Amino acid sequence: MTPAVRFKNVNRHFGTIRAVDNLSLDIVEGEFFALLGPSGSGKTTCLRLIAGFEQPTSGEIEIFGEHAEHLPPYKRNVNTVFQDYALFPHMTILQNVAYGLMVKGVALAERNRRAEEALSLVALKGYGERRPGQLSGGQRQRVALARALVNQPKVLLLDEPLGALDLKLREQMQDELKDLQRELGITFVFVTHDQGEALSMADRIAIFNEGKIVQVGTPASVYNFPKTRFVANFVGSSNLLPPTFTGQPFWSSLRPEKVRMLGKGEKPAAGEDMREATVKHVHFQGAASRIQTLADDGTVIVLTTPETANIPSGRLRIAWERSSVNVLEGEV
Amino acid sequence: MTVSTVTQDGLLRRLSDLLFRRPYLLLGLLLAPPLLWLLVVYLGSLFALLAHALFSIDEFAGIIVYEPTLATLKQLFDPANFDVIRRSVLMALGVTIASAVIAYPFCYFAARYAKGKWKAVFYLLVMLPLWSSYLVKVYAWKLVLAQEGIVSWTANAVGLGWLLQALLASPLVEATSLSVSWVGTFIVFVYIWLPYMILPTQASLERVPSNLIEASGDLGATPRQTFRQVIWPLALPGLIAGSIFTFSLTLGDYIIPSVIGNSTYYIGNAVYVQQGPAGNLPMAAAFAVVPIVIMFIYLAIAKRLGAFDAL
Repeated sequence: MTPAVRFKNVNRHFGTIRAVDNLSLDIVEGEFFALLGPSGSGKTTCLRLIAGFEQPTSGEIEIFGEHAEHLPPYKRNVNTVFQDYALFPHMTILQNVAYGLMVKGVALAERNRRAEEALSLVALKGYGERRPGQLSGGQRQRVALARALVNQPKVLLLDEPLGALDLKLREQMQDELKDLQRELGITFVFVTHDQGEALSMADRIAIFNEGKIVQVGTPASVYNFPKTRFVANFVGSSNLLPPTFTGQPFWSSLRPEKVRMLGKGEKPAAGEDMREATVKHVHFQGAASRIQTLADDGTVIVLTTPETANIPSGRLRIAWERSSVNVLEGEV
Repeated sequence: MTVSTVTQDGLLRRLSDLLFRRPYLLLGLLLAPPLLWLLVVYLGSLFALLAHALFSIDEFAGIIVYEPTLATLKQLFDPANFDVIRRSVLMALGVTIASAVIAYPFCYFAARYAKGKWKAVFYLLVMLPLWSSYLVKVYAWKLVLAQEGIVSWTANAVGLGWLLQALLASPLVEATSLSVSWVGTFIVFVYIWLPYMILPTQASLERVPSNLIEASGDLGATPRQTFRQVIWPLALPGLIAGSIFTFSLTLGDYIIPSVIGNSTYYIGNAVYVQQGPAGNLPMAAAFAVVPIVIMFIYLAIAKRLGAFDAL
């Protein structure tokens, strides 16, 4: 099957800065794909390369099998939801949504009908006569979504779509975006620096660091089997265990929630590893506690436990299933 | 343990406490002097001048009759006076349009493409002429446009002398050189006021957010459509602001037409002559009303056409 978007050895350099460095990537049609990474990792440049706002220094970009390297944005069948929405302040909401149809020469009645339709899709029926300045952040976000979707793009690009919203609204919009994507079946590519957002929304995630993709996979595989130290700590947090600790040839990662405290006289179960350690810090986190311990060989091991009372101080024994230890191949 | 420090505060400290507790008092104190200046000295004297337009002059005694009358304003429509107004408005309109046509592409380039050092060079190019004296520039232009001046010399040197001669001989101009024709007046007006068109236009073009331009392209608009639908309407208030400058400055100026051109009167000259040599202050005031009325009409039309929707 032709991928929706294909990057083949794509470079985008700004002077000496390699914003995107020899990147290859396939995004499958109909999937919800997240580009995740810290700021400056190249994820936004990658999105802008798909939109056509940036041209690659070298390499090939295909959108549904068609070469798109030197196509200007207006000749690509992709649309973008901008981070700060980029609504036209001098137009009404309806004119904003109908803009894409207007510039393509769709007749007034037809484009207004379709714009109204798009507005009701994002639950903003009846807001057409207002101006962008009269709407709240969440509503503007929906207008930006409707304005992109009305053009029936083959790929919808979202640049930090929820970044400017407050927490409650963000969670609500996450669900709505996910539902919308399932309903429409359009390929969504979205950029985020929020690993929680990527894990909860995406079908697959590409993790960026320093212009390169360091790992691609489903949220579960990325979370459970990080391949590098960077991924282990950027997606959730991990204990990093040195080779001397595990007896493996490489460093390993171990999720704090996989580590448990042993009770007095309790023996580790079969398949579990056990260590003696000293409690250093205890952080109360509401629904859980986060305990930082120091194993006797000097390795710091953090564990989280749903228990919030009766946390021991001083010496304790900690255990984890051996299968929870994820070896970071190549990290010596 | 002492609790009495509060009562030991000095006068200044108590004053600053008072101003902190009553921010409007501070605001009032800060705004009062400039507001007094603006209302009493600036607008007050302007209204006092304009009020004179409602008085008339006793033609024999040459003294002002302080009785309200519309007679002086009516005199504006006498053929000789109306001719001055029409000539001034046409000149102001021409200068404004020419300035806009010259300034816009220049500003567009500077705002959208020039970066860093080139932007500084741009500002320098625009501001440099403003640093030298207005009178020096006007008199310099008199030499540039004179019969033996640089313009005619250059035209002859490149073999275009006949074109200049044809222009000067045409029934619309009929002058011996540019410096004594209305074309010369027009050229110097455009030169002198151009920076006042460029600066606001450039500022407003620069303020058009680049993500709106990207969004327009993203939604399928060609660069031409993006210009027409997004950049032009969003930057229009700057162009309007510039046109207010060039239009009203041209309407009010009396030095350029008296140094360069065929010595015909513009509104500025009429005001100058009426209030000075002629001693007819009411008539001068009546002429001064004209640019104000025209500017109000102009702004009303611009607003109706939606020029300020993007503000």
